[in-house]
Amino acid sequence: MKKTDTSNYQHFLKVVDCQQACPAHTPVPEYIRLIAEKRYTEAYLINWESNVFPGVLGRVCDRPCEPACRRGRVEETPVAICRLKRVAADNKEDISSFLPKIPHKKNGKRIALIGAGPASMTVARDLLPLGYEVIMFERDAKAGGMMRSQIPAFRLPETVLDEELNYIINMGLECHFGEEITSLDKLLQAHFDAIFVGTGAPSGRWLKIPGHDQLDAKSTHPQIDTGINWLAKVSFEHLEYDDENPAPKKVVVLGGGNTAMDCCRTAKRLGAEEVTVLVRSSFDAMKASPWEKEDAAAEGITIMPNYNPLEYKIENGKLVAVLFEQVASVYDKVGNRSLKATGETLLVECDQVLVAVGQDTAFDWIERDIGIKFNQWDSPKVNKLSLQSTLPSVFFGGDAAFGPKNIISGVANGHQAAISIDLFCQHADPIEDRSDTSFNLVSQKMGIHEWSYQSGIDHQERNLVPHISWDEAVKHLTTEVELGFDEKLALEEASRCLNCDVHTVFTESTCIECSACEDVCPMDCINFVEEETDDTEMVKQFRVSEVNNEQSLLVSAPLKTGHIMVKDEDVCLHCGLCAERCPTGAWDMKKLMINNINATIK
Amino acid sequence: MSFIKSKFQHPRLPVNDLGLTYRDYEGALSTLCAGCGHDSLTSAIIQACHELSIQPHKIAKISGIGCSSKAPNYFLNKAHGFNSVHGRMPSVATGANLANQDLLYLAMSGDGDSASIGFGQFAHVVRRQLNMVYMVANNGVYGLTKGQLAATADKGVKNKAGDLSLFNDIDLCVMALQLGASFVARSFSGDKQQLVPLIKAAMSHKGFAFIDIISPCVTFNNHAGSTRSYDYVHDHITTGAVADFVPVKTEITSSCHSGDSEDICLHDGSIMRIQKLNEEYDSTNASQAIIDIERNKKAGKILTGLFYLEPTASDFHEVNNTNSTPLNKLSQDALCPGNRVLSGINDSFR
Repeated sequence: MKKTDTSNYQHFLKVVDCQQACPAHTPVPEYIRLIAEKRYTEAYLINWESNVFPGVLGRVCDRPCEPACRRGRVEETPVAICRLKRVAADNKEDISSFLPKIPHKKNGKRIALIGAGPASMTVARDLLPLGYEVIMFERDAKAGGMMRSQIPAFRLPETVLDEELNYIINMGLECHFGEEITSLDKLLQAHFDAIFVGTGAPSGRWLKIPGHDQLDAKSTHPQIDTGINWLAKVSFEHLEYDDENPAPKKVVVLGGGNTAMDCCRTAKRLGAEEVTVLVRSSFDAMKASPWEKEDAAAEGITIMPNYNPLEYKIENGKLVAVLFEQVASVYDKVGNRSLKATGETLLVECDQVLVAVGQDTAFDWIERDIGIKFNQWDSPKVNKLSLQSTLPSVFFGGDAAFGPKNIISGVANGHQAAISIDLFCQHADPIEDRSDTSFNLVSQKMGIHEWSYQSGIDHQERNLVPHISWDEAVKHLTTEVELGFDEKLALEEASRCLNCDVHTVFTESTCIECSACEDVCPMDCINFVEEETDDTEMVKQFRVSEVNNEQSLLVSAPLKTGHIMVKDEDVCLHCGLCAERCPTGAWDMKKLMINNINATIK
Repeated sequence: MSFIKSKFQHPRLPVNDLGLTYRDYEGALSTLCAGCGHDSLTSAIIQACHELSIQPHKIAKISGIGCSSKAPNYFLNKAHGFNSVHGRMPSVATGANLANQDLLYLAMSGDGDSASIGFGQFAHVVRRQLNMVYMVANNGVYGLTKGQLAATADKGVKNKAGDLSLFNDIDLCVMALQLGASFVARSFSGDKQQLVPLIKAAMSHKGFAFIDIISPCVTFNNHAGSTRSYDYVHDHITTGAVADFVPVKTEITSSCHSGDSEDICLHDGSIMRIQKLNEEYDSTNASQAIIDIERNKKAGKILTGLFYLEPTASDFHEVNNTNSTPLNKLSQDALCPGNRVLSGINDSFR
């Protein structure tokens, strides 16, 4: 086996599963430790630096960190990372004095942002403190993009969103609300030094099944709409129901993603009595986050998987029902799904149908002869690292670049683009001249049995987030359902974190091969093995030879006896017992400190 | 903190025939010095018991006094245990074994407990051929009293404080061989590949099984002048034969081959498979074993491995023709047969 390269941070960052899984590489264990010490403001600022919208993301993040959490591999459930982030946001003090100072003297470079979603706002947040003049164009009346238009207020209160957007707007962002850019060519004439396109995926997909053409989506109270359009109308209060135009009573939502979940819960709040979500896939294969499905079900919404819509039934020009066929998901050897009709059909009565089956980017405003190349799916060709398009001064990020993903991916793209734009404006190459970060590993040893982190393992199960009663929840359109952790729950949950950023670091030269670490490790991670040419043979010598190939091994150089130390990082608890039992200090617990986290986003 | 070990365990940890993982054979977390050889020894015992699928409550752990004798607290916390007086573990073990021969007796002792204060007791328990596993954690110093030289320290070595060992050392394996032990081996706490099969074989052996285990004292005897340090032992260890333990249930596929390999059937039907590395090695010859040990010692080598095994030896109960039923399973009438039987016995002496 090849000795692990510990001269750069890659191995160590990968061990911190949550941080690695976060597109913006937020230092999760670091802020959870601060929460455990009730240092909420600092916890918030650590988040703010990486993910820009901690209050928003603490409520509505897709949480890629949680399925990655090591805790989920050593017991049942991961740490409630997302909701701990909210705790930091809820309990922080005034942070304005900690925000970066904006230079009065500008550097003379002007940057245009198209769209005011998470990606664009992140670019602004990163560039304004460097002295750039940043000018934002947004077609809506307020900033936030999909965070405002597609996420209902009962999941994300407007005050939380406004607060975090205002931190950036107040840095001196020049905002042009209600100004839709209809020609990139025209904008290019305005001589910006760089343009960032963060227009998201604003175009909801329709289902062109029989009956579709007879329904008017453009009426003031349409019977059919795409999910994202309809959510935006609700959000901006463009839909008004009264006695003359009562809210639909029976609503069918098509699709199984988070938009579908938001649609059905919103419809219920507007007064629908029967809301049914029908989706082609199986329940487990639905794209919606598990907790979104749970919450929808708790609010009395029926989710019916395995139904494929066939036809909108229309009587006297009005929608009365949707016809479905039942299907079964059949998977082939490589895992590709195909749908097989069972022969059963189902007619679901309704007076409104919301189509939430996907959304696309829209680039009809970008002329195809100005140097920006598009690929076969009509997406702009961009470099994945620099996010630069084939027209060097134009950068893309977020959903506009890679199709619909999530807020945190947009934020990560924003950081990437900001680095690239900064380099580009300094006449450097956004890829060649891109600098990586330095890092440090700092010993956490305080005394014989003392560490500067909680090394003892808390065996408690995951805490559930309190919420208002479900009966009450469906009565209010803008009342937040989740209450968030109180301090007691927050501290309990924080202590479940395994501190994976405090690494087990091994020094070959001081090891005397006494096997104390191997013997004491509660998770059987440490192995002293004879070197063999065949790696699979070597793995057979491990204490637990069934290894998880997605996780890393820490492989040492040969020791005095010729054996090598191989630590399987998979289920390490970072409890530090190896370091405590080591008589010579060959093991130490060292905290990973990455100096420029944004530079690690690749 | 060193006194908290998480109860989480590896999700893919192997289970034995009883459905237990090795974690079910653990004891309290050790309070010995970090890096103590005794902790490796503890871990080897846990592994051996787990792999043999022994029910923990079928084991009795007995010990005397010393770092080594603290060790039984650190393994098999569901087994019976008796931490006795310094050097008097063999008497307690004898009493317990007499009362209940259904238990497996695992004895832990040290160089002070067995080669100094308890030397007499040690000699007699070997003579008695008590059915037990007698393990000595041998580090050459009295660790618990800050590192004075033990009776097993090689003549001429210095302890950490600089005191010279003036007297001849006692080799407990040689003593055991001379006194008629039917299983004698030496190993090193840092070599579990050798140690675990030896412990398993000793536990499967019926009769007195003795294992001397070099177990470095990381605090008082791990310095450059020591002959019991990790580095010294790693550099000077040698073996006459590699012994592997084949449990009863495993079908023996590779037949007994050539002259350098030998299978010895143990009492319970398991096999000790011996791969000779040295031509002169002979597991059936106690005198040859003594010669080998002495010769290697003169050459500056530490000979380890299985020295001697007599699989069909009689144990104390057979020699004395005692009742095979444990006393706790005998009825009141059988244990205390009354005046008439006593009179009969008394009359027989008249």
